[in-house]
Amino acid sequence: MTSVIYFIYLVAAALFVLSLKWMNTPTTARRGVIAGVVAMAASIVGTMILPDVQHYRAILIAMILGAGLGIPLAMVPLTAVPQRTALSHAFGALAAAAVGAAKFFLLTSEQLTPFITTAIVFEVVLGGLTLTGSVMAALKLMEKWVPTRPVTYANQKVVNFGVIGLVVVMSIFLIVRNDNTMLSSILFMAVLVLSLVWGVLLILPIGGADMPTVISILNSFAGLSAVAMGFVLDIPLLIVAGALDGSSGFILSIIMCRAMNRSFTNVLFGAFGQVQTAAAAGEQKTYRSATPEEAASILDSAGSVVVVPGYGMAVAQAQHKVRELYDSLTKRGIDVKFAIHPVAGRMPGHMNVLLAEADIPYDKLIEMDEINPEMPQTDVALIIGANDVTNPAARTDKSSPIYGMPIIDVDKARNVMVVKRSMNPGFAGIDNELYYLPRTMMLFGDAKGFVGDIVKELAHAGH
Amino acid sequence: MSNWLILASEAATASYESGPSKNTLYLFIFLLASFVGMDVIRKVSPLLHTPLMSLTNAISAISIVGAIVVCGSAHYREKGTLGMWLGAIALFAAMTNIVSGFLITDRMLKMFKKREAVKP
Repeated sequence: MTSVIYFIYLVAAALFVLSLKWMNTPTTARRGVIAGVVAMAASIVGTMILPDVQHYRAILIAMILGAGLGIPLAMVPLTAVPQRTALSHAFGALAAAAVGAAKFFLLTSEQLTPFITTAIVFEVVLGGLTLTGSVMAALKLMEKWVPTRPVTYANQKVVNFGVIGLVVVMSIFLIVRNDNTMLSSILFMAVLVLSLVWGVLLILPIGGADMPTVISILNSFAGLSAVAMGFVLDIPLLIVAGALDGSSGFILSIIMCRAMNRSFTNVLFGAFGQVQTAAAAGEQKTYRSATPEEAASILDSAGSVVVVPGYGMAVAQAQHKVRELYDSLTKRGIDVKFAIHPVAGRMPGHMNVLLAEADIPYDKLIEMDEINPEMPQTDVALIIGANDVTNPAARTDKSSPIYGMPIIDVDKARNVMVVKRSMNPGFAGIDNELYYLPRTMMLFGDAKGFVGDIVKELAHAGH
Repeated sequence: MSNWLILASEAATASYESGPSKNTLYLFIFLLASFVGMDVIRKVSPLLHTPLMSLTNAISAISIVGAIVVCGSAHYREKGTLGMWLGAIALFAAMTNIVSGFLITDRMLKMFKKREAVKP
């Protein structure tokens, strides 16, 4: 019987790898989901028939409740996907921490070898800090209770490293003792509680715009805690699936860091965006603003348009209006493309999902590196709700905090239009010199309303 | 390179024969699975990074296997209901991720269409 179950696990592991492999293009991606579902269902059924598993009532009740919560969580609007993702990392971490704790208390002291104890400690520490860290990230993304801006206080680093140090020291004690006597159990509980505190402290000083990286790192941690569970429970399938999740989060966080020209340490401890750079208040730079009518007439006479969407588009829920604009321009034979910066939005790939939801064909969504060479031949670059990812200072100004960050070269287009609510600086608090270029037009207003007005003007203009 | 391979296979066989270090084997599995994972993920189109994350999230909810073992184990039940309760919490959390992870991934993927441009 057990060998049949292990065979099922083996097939499931293979299907999980295939499932991710099929995600490489949109044409095969849905097959990937099916492979994942089949593997998961087989693993669950296989585990249920393990000889030692005999009490089904609690299992079934918990599964039904979990499914009951899972369905509404899958139905959230796509603008809320980042916080849903953060919450799901919290659930994954909770599962790992709970199983880790159960194992610690239920194994005999002989079974708690140094290796197993180490795995349990990893599982519980990663699980604990990912649990609270992800809840904090979700709250920041929902803009509820926790400020989205970085929270800093005196001696923050001392406090943070103090907590981390305590966790490490107590974990080492646990591993050296490798038993679950009274004293070890107290130590264990302390490690668990401090890991939960660590998660909160870790996320507090991180700002909203760094969320793509943070979510990826938490994704990686959640996967690694599943790996640790596999070591504890002697189930290689958990190690494989957890490692896939862990490496996925790891790769995504590298991509995100690179797209911001920052390091992990800088994201986690840099409190980026906290300092308001005192922009040279004295000199009043001039900029040009335009009405929807003027914008429409320039767009109408353009041959090619590149739209650069950012988080502001998601906040204003403007993606459907953007799609109307896309239709109306495409009908006139104008070539419309979308330039997607890797960190646009609040999680990796956020903009692509929003635009796909608005029915924009995905072959019009172009990555930064591919669109940049085309920018000098572009008639109009239309920026909707993006700021720092278009700031030319990243290329030219060595003193700028974002110097070195790869940007979309909108300033090389023949005309630049920026839909923006006001002249306030973006998240990083950095003034954007793009707005003062002679070829730039500022379109002040709510993204949804303004784009809607342009669409109306275009409709009036005939056709 | 080949030296490394020999060392690696010796370490693997040695640990297998001496019993307790099947842990070493597990570390090998972890290492290889991580490399496979990184290689596969690097090839995923940036278009799909959001669905990718919800899919891997559902996949890592394979920890439900561990939750079932802890929750339903006859062996642990003899020691009281602690395992049942912690296992049930873990099961609930993992099941939530499985259902919502796969559903939302599919929902997002359905939206990615390669459509002809609108004819004038």
